[in-house]
Amino acid sequence: MSGRRIAVVSAGLSNPSSTRMLADRLASATVARLAERGIEVEVDTFELRDHAHDITNNLLTGFAPPALESMVNAVVSADALIVVTPIFSTSYSGLFKSFIDILDPDSLSGKPVLIGANAGTARHSLAIDYAIRPLFAYLHAQPVSTGVFAASADWGGTGDDVAPLASRIVKGATELADAVAARAAVVTSDPFDPDNYLGEGKSFGHLLGGLAGE
Amino acid sequence: MRKHPESERETVSEQQQPAVQFGIFSVSDITQDPTTGDTPTEAERIRATLTIAKHAEEVGLDVFALGEHHNPPFWSSSPTTTLAYIAAQTERLILSTATTLITTNDPVKIAEDFAMLQHVSGGRTDLMLGRGNTGPVYPWFGKDIRQGLPLAIENYALLHKLWREDVVDWEGKFRTPLQGFTSTPRPLDDVPPFVWHGSIRTPEIAEQAAYYGDGFFANNIFWPQDHFARLIQLYRQRFAHYGHGTPEQAIVGIGGQVFMRANSQDAVREFRPYFDNAPVYGHGPSLEDFSEMTPLTVGSPQQVIDRYAGMRDAFGDFQRQLFLLDHAGLPLKTVLEQLDILGGEVVPVLRKELAKNRPAEVPDAPTHESLVRAKYGDDEARQPRPGANRGDNLVGDRPYEDTPAPQGAAFGVKR
Repeated sequence: MSGRRIAVVSAGLSNPSSTRMLADRLASATVARLAERGIEVEVDTFELRDHAHDITNNLLTGFAPPALESMVNAVVSADALIVVTPIFSTSYSGLFKSFIDILDPDSLSGKPVLIGANAGTARHSLAIDYAIRPLFAYLHAQPVSTGVFAASADWGGTGDDVAPLASRIVKGATELADAVAARAAVVTSDPFDPDNYLGEGKSFGHLLGGLAGE
Repeated sequence: MRKHPESERETVSEQQQPAVQFGIFSVSDITQDPTTGDTPTEAERIRATLTIAKHAEEVGLDVFALGEHHNPPFWSSSPTTTLAYIAAQTERLILSTATTLITTNDPVKIAEDFAMLQHVSGGRTDLMLGRGNTGPVYPWFGKDIRQGLPLAIENYALLHKLWREDVVDWEGKFRTPLQGFTSTPRPLDDVPPFVWHGSIRTPEIAEQAAYYGDGFFANNIFWPQDHFARLIQLYRQRFAHYGHGTPEQAIVGIGGQVFMRANSQDAVREFRPYFDNAPVYGHGPSLEDFSEMTPLTVGSPQQVIDRYAGMRDAFGDFQRQLFLLDHAGLPLKTVLEQLDILGGEVVPVLRKELAKNRPAEVPDAPTHESLVRAKYGDDEARQPRPGANRGDNLVGDRPYEDTPAPQGAAFGVKR
């Protein structure tokens, strides 16, 4: 099997960004786990900072400017998603949520997701489970059970000695790789194909008939 | 060509009908003029719109279309009232809507109101149906926005029937049943008004337009052109799928938005504050970005001509082009100047450009006259006359004394 694609979305705002560093670590670990299974995978990495104005414009106008539209298409058509957000005020960042808000609510349905988050202190680590995971549950995405949280101390080597960041990254990446390997490659469906909006082989008469109780 | 009973209308119906109708559509917003801080009163803005519509005819445009809203800062809650007044003040102008809410209006009332408008305007009536995307409006009329699409499908099925059958028995999901109901008056010449279906994003609405062989109107203002090109392409394919003709014969209308001055820098300078503070897209993308992403064109008349003459490359040959000219707080004087430029310099050139290489099989824009001709040929149109003192439709065979209309080819329906 080949030709899989993972989209990485990083909501970090600074440069260099520890959010992006975590995103890159998660991505490369996932690619390595998939390679062990003989699965080649492409990675598209996106910084929401680059699209922040377009995201706001999309909220205001209802449509995505071209650069954002191609980025959104890459995200929703990927085989899996790695999302990493800084924890701001005990939750995902506003920019991250705004990005999620411009997606079609059905567009992440069934998609494997590895959630990452970072903050200054490990006391925010449960934000993944009380704030971010419910968001993806609502979207009917399928986040893997491990979320990877990195506090400032993890980068400085004074973090968790028993389950250090590197091993948590491998654990999350392995779960995501398993989820990708267990699925057939994503086939994107055209929303303007009558088979998709009416149901295969159906015509407008079925919509009318269904309403008339036939 | 068929003669209308009233002789004063003959000159009108004998005029050459345009292959592509040009006009304006108004959303009826009452917006503060950002350059002066003045907000017109409802009365001022309503009177201004009547002036604008009349001027549209004076400068040679073909269509005036009016939106429907039920909340401030909009005023157009009762479009057929306004359009009937404009019909009385004009001679040629086709009165239409942009859009009539097929979700929250009772289809019975739509059938009645627009048949009335057809009669008083002498057939200068068509309408554009839309779902409406203002959430709070739905519950005001006892509806649920989550049912928007099923409402549009069922309500139109009933509306379509009410205009084509004298006596209707109906049971649906969204309104009380009808038993032996006759929508009065019957459509003018027993030919329903032409219907356009408007949509910004929903393929099912393109499908609906194609299924009935009705027109499809792409708003073309608030979203990128590529998106509307896909919707129109879908509509054309499905129009052919349902047996109404070739994809090229489907009836397409598009919107547009322009602001013009002789010097393009003047146009940009004058329009920018209105753009920046406009409802819907104001405080969002820059004027330059929005002009690139959507068909908004702010510049010289020639720039508008160049851009809009190219629309058929994306959409195919179409039948109607409406422009949004009067929103975002633009003062009446400015809107009338824009109409002068549009009617005087732009539309005459666009008519010539769009006529070039237009294939013969592409139909001209539909009018009441063309629909009458399609239904009756050279025969007299049916003129229903109610039975005396009937009072109801539940007894007897039918409510009207007239010979049955001849078998018609329109819509493929045999009576």
